[in-house]
Amino acid sequence: MKKFLSGNEAFAEGIRLARPEVISAYPITPQTIVVERLSEMVEVGSLKAEYIHVESEHSALSCAIGASAAGARAFTATSSQGLLYMAECLYYASGGRFPIVMMNADRSTALPWNIYGDQRDSLSQLDSGWIQAYAENAQEALDLALMSYKIAEDKRVSTPFMANLDGFVLTHTYETVDIPEREQADRFLPPYETDNRLDFDNPKNMAFSAGPDYNYIFKYKEHEGVLAVRQVINETEKEFAEIFGRSYTGLIEKYLTDDADYIIVTLGSIAGLCRETADDLRSRGVRAGVLRIRYMRPFPNQEIADTLKNAKAYAVLEKDVSFGNEGTVFTNVNSALKKASVDVKGYNYIGGLGGRNISSADIEKIFSDMENGAETVNFIGIGGENNG
Amino acid sequence: MRPYIREKKDFAFNEVPVDTSYEAGYLVSVNSGWRSIRPVVANEKCVGCEQCYLYCPDGVISINNGKAEIDYDFCKGCGICAKICKLGAIGMEAERK
Amino acid sequence: MANKTADSISRDEFFYGHKACAGCGGSLAVRAALKVLGPRAVSVLPAGCMSAVGFNFPQLCFSNNSIISTFAGTASMLTGVEAGLRAKGYKDFTAVGFAGDGGTADIGIQALSGAIDRNDNIIYICYDNEAYMNTGIQKSGLTPFGAKTTTTPAGKNIHGNIRPKKNMFEIAAAHDIPYAATASVGYINDFIAKVQKASQIQGTKYIHVIAPCPTGWGVPVDETVNIAREVVDSGLWYLAEYENGEFTLNHKPKQFTSVGEYLKKQGRFRHLSDEDIKIITDSRDKKWEFIEKNFNYK
Repeated sequence: MKKFLSGNEAFAEGIRLARPEVISAYPITPQTIVVERLSEMVEVGSLKAEYIHVESEHSALSCAIGASAAGARAFTATSSQGLLYMAECLYYASGGRFPIVMMNADRSTALPWNIYGDQRDSLSQLDSGWIQAYAENAQEALDLALMSYKIAEDKRVSTPFMANLDGFVLTHTYETVDIPEREQADRFLPPYETDNRLDFDNPKNMAFSAGPDYNYIFKYKEHEGVLAVRQVINETEKEFAEIFGRSYTGLIEKYLTDDADYIIVTLGSIAGLCRETADDLRSRGVRAGVLRIRYMRPFPNQEIADTLKNAKAYAVLEKDVSFGNEGTVFTNVNSALKKASVDVKGYNYIGGLGGRNISSADIEKIFSDMENGAETVNFIGIGGENNG
Repeated sequence: MRPYIREKKDFAFNEVPVDTSYEAGYLVSVNSGWRSIRPVVANEKCVGCEQCYLYCPDGVISINNGKAEIDYDFCKGCGICAKICKLGAIGMEAERK
Repeated sequence: MANKTADSISRDEFFYGHKACAGCGGSLAVRAALKVLGPRAVSVLPAGCMSAVGFNFPQLCFSNNSIISTFAGTASMLTGVEAGLRAKGYKDFTAVGFAGDGGTADIGIQALSGAIDRNDNIIYICYDNEAYMNTGIQKSGLTPFGAKTTTTPAGKNIHGNIRPKKNMFEIAAAHDIPYAATASVGYINDFIAKVQKASQIQGTKYIHVIAPCPTGWGVPVDETVNIAREVVDSGLWYLAEYENGEFTLNHKPKQFTSVGEYLKKQGRFRHLSDEDIKIITDSRDKKWEFIEKNFNYK
C-alpha cells in the first residue's frame, strides 16, 4: 500500500511491521513523531507491544536492555542530547550482545543548542559497538526498520542496531512510500528467539564482570559480531528483494563511480543532491561520481578502497567534525585507503552543521576543488581550516 | 538448589560466553581461606532455634537433625552466629591449618 | 523447636559463595529477601557492593535469574525485565531490584521515581549501608549527619558529613506508592514479613532496609546484627509501613537506648562532640514528634 509519509512516520510503519514486544519511549526533537505514531498504533491495536513511558533516555535504553534480557524484541528511539545521555547504555547493550534496534534522528549536539540535523551525535558514538546505518530516504528508512532486526538478531551478529535518519531533512520531509503487507513482513522477520535471556528452566546470571584474564576475549568476540554484518547483510538484502521486490546494495551505494575521476563520499540524505550535481557535471564532460556510505559500522573498508582506487581525487562530505583533527568519516575513509595501499588524494568538507543548508553550488565547488586543488580540511561556508 | 562449586574452572577462547551471561549459581572458588577464626557448634547446647541460620550473611548455616551445621567451605568466620546465639552454643575458635 | 519465620521461607540459598566482606549487612538483606521470593524471582542489581561481589565471571553467586544494571538504571531495567517477561507470556514471577543507598537515593532516584510513577509491578529494595561502600566509603545522600567518610573527613573544622539522610521511605510514599516500608537486618523477621507482604501486592513496592557495613561503619565484623538492632532501638531508624495512603509505625521502643552509645561504638562517629550528639538526639526527638502525630500505631 502506498502512502505519503514523513521519514519518521515511514520508520514507525516499519517498526509496526517488525512486531517489537517492548517499546520504551522518551521524546526528543526531531524523533518525537516516531514515538507518537507508535503510541497511536498501540492504542488502535495495530501494534501489540508493551509501551513504556520512561522518564529519561538513559532509562529508555536501560529499559530496552532489560526487555531484551527477558528475551523480548525491544525498540527505542532518540536523538542528540538523548543519545549522549544514554551513551553509557549504548556500550552496555552492545557488550551484552542485546539485538535492540534504536532509531536515531541525527541532530546537532549542544552547545550551542540546536535542534536541526547534523551527524555529530551518532558519529561521536562509532566506538560504542553498535551497528550504524544511515538512511537516505523514507522508503529506505521503512525497509531499514525491518532489516535492522533481521541483521541484529542473526546469531552470528547479536549486536544492537542504530538506524540513523537525518534530522528534519529526512525525519520531517514527506515522500510516497510503499508499506509492505503484514504477511510479507512476518515471512521476512520471524519472532525473536534466543538463549541469551533470563530463563526459569535454565537460570542465568547476566551482564556480569570479567577481569583482565577474560575481558579481552569478550571484546574480540564483540568485534567479530559487528564484522559478521558484512556477510549477513548480503543474505538479508537478497531475501528482502525476493519478498518485497526492492534491492539494496550492502554497506555502500555507488553512483557513476566506475569511471569517475572525482568522487564525493557522503552519508544520508545529502547524497541525492550530490547525485544531481554529478549528473549535471557529467553533462558538461566532468567524470563525477558519488559514493554513499550506508553503514558506518561495520566500516566498508574494502568496498571504499575498491571504489576510489582509480579516481583522481575524492572528497568526503560530512556533517560532523572531530575537533582538533578532521571529520570522522574522512578519518575512517583515509584509513581504509591506506590499509589497501590506495594512494588517491583526499579532501574533507565539513558542512551542514546545526542544520545549515548545503546547496548544489557548494557541492559543485567541492568537485571543482578536487580538480583544482584545495586545502585538505574545509568548512563549507568558511573555507580551509588554515586560511579561513 | 544453591550455587555450588563446579569442575570446570577455566574457559578457553571459544568457551567464553560471549553475551556476558552464564549459568546461574556457577562457583569456582571457596571462601574458607578468608577465616582466621571459625565457629564451632556445641551440639549439646544447640536447640535448633534457627536464629544463626536466619542471620548468617553468607547462608552457610543449615539445620540438620535439629542442630546447626556449618558449611566451612564458604564460612568467612565473621562470628555473627556466635554473637546471636542466646544459649552460647556457638564458640569461635582459632582456624586450624 | 519450630521457627515460624524460618519455616515460611525457602530452605534453599539463592545468594551463595559471594565475596562480600565477612559480616556484610547488605548480603544478609539480599539473601533473606531471595529466600522469601524463591526461584521465580528475577533480580536486578546495579553497580555496587552486591553486584561487585556476586557476578565475577566465572564465579556467579546467584542461583536465580539475576542481571546487573547500570548504576543509574536499576529501576528502569527492572521495568524492562518485568515488561519483557510478561510479553513472553511468563506469569507468577517477581521482578525485584536490590540497590544500595547511592544507587537508590542519588544516581538511581530518577529511575526509581519513574518506575513508581508508572506503578510498574516490581519490588525495589534499598539495602542502606549509608555510604558508597563499594568504592571505598564515600558520602552518599543517605549518609547520616556527622559520619566520617572518605569524602567527608572529620577534622577540627568540619565534623564529618554535615547533611542529614534523605528520607527515601517518605519520598516513595509521597508518590502514593501502593506499598513502602522501612526495615533493618537486625530485625530479620520483620524484614522477611515485609518482603512477603510486598510480594502479594500489585504495583510498585519499596522497602528500605538498614544494612550495616562493618568495614565502613568501623565496627567489629560480628557486630552487624546488633548494631542494626541498636539503630532501631535508639530511635534513629524507625520501622514503619505506608499503605493505602496511611503511615503505620510497626515498632515503638518503650524507651530509647542511648544515641551517644550507639554512635560512639562506631569508628565513623567516634570524633563527634557532645554538641554533635545533642544535635542528633534532638533531631531524633523531632522526628518522633512527627511520627506520633502522623503515623498509626496499633
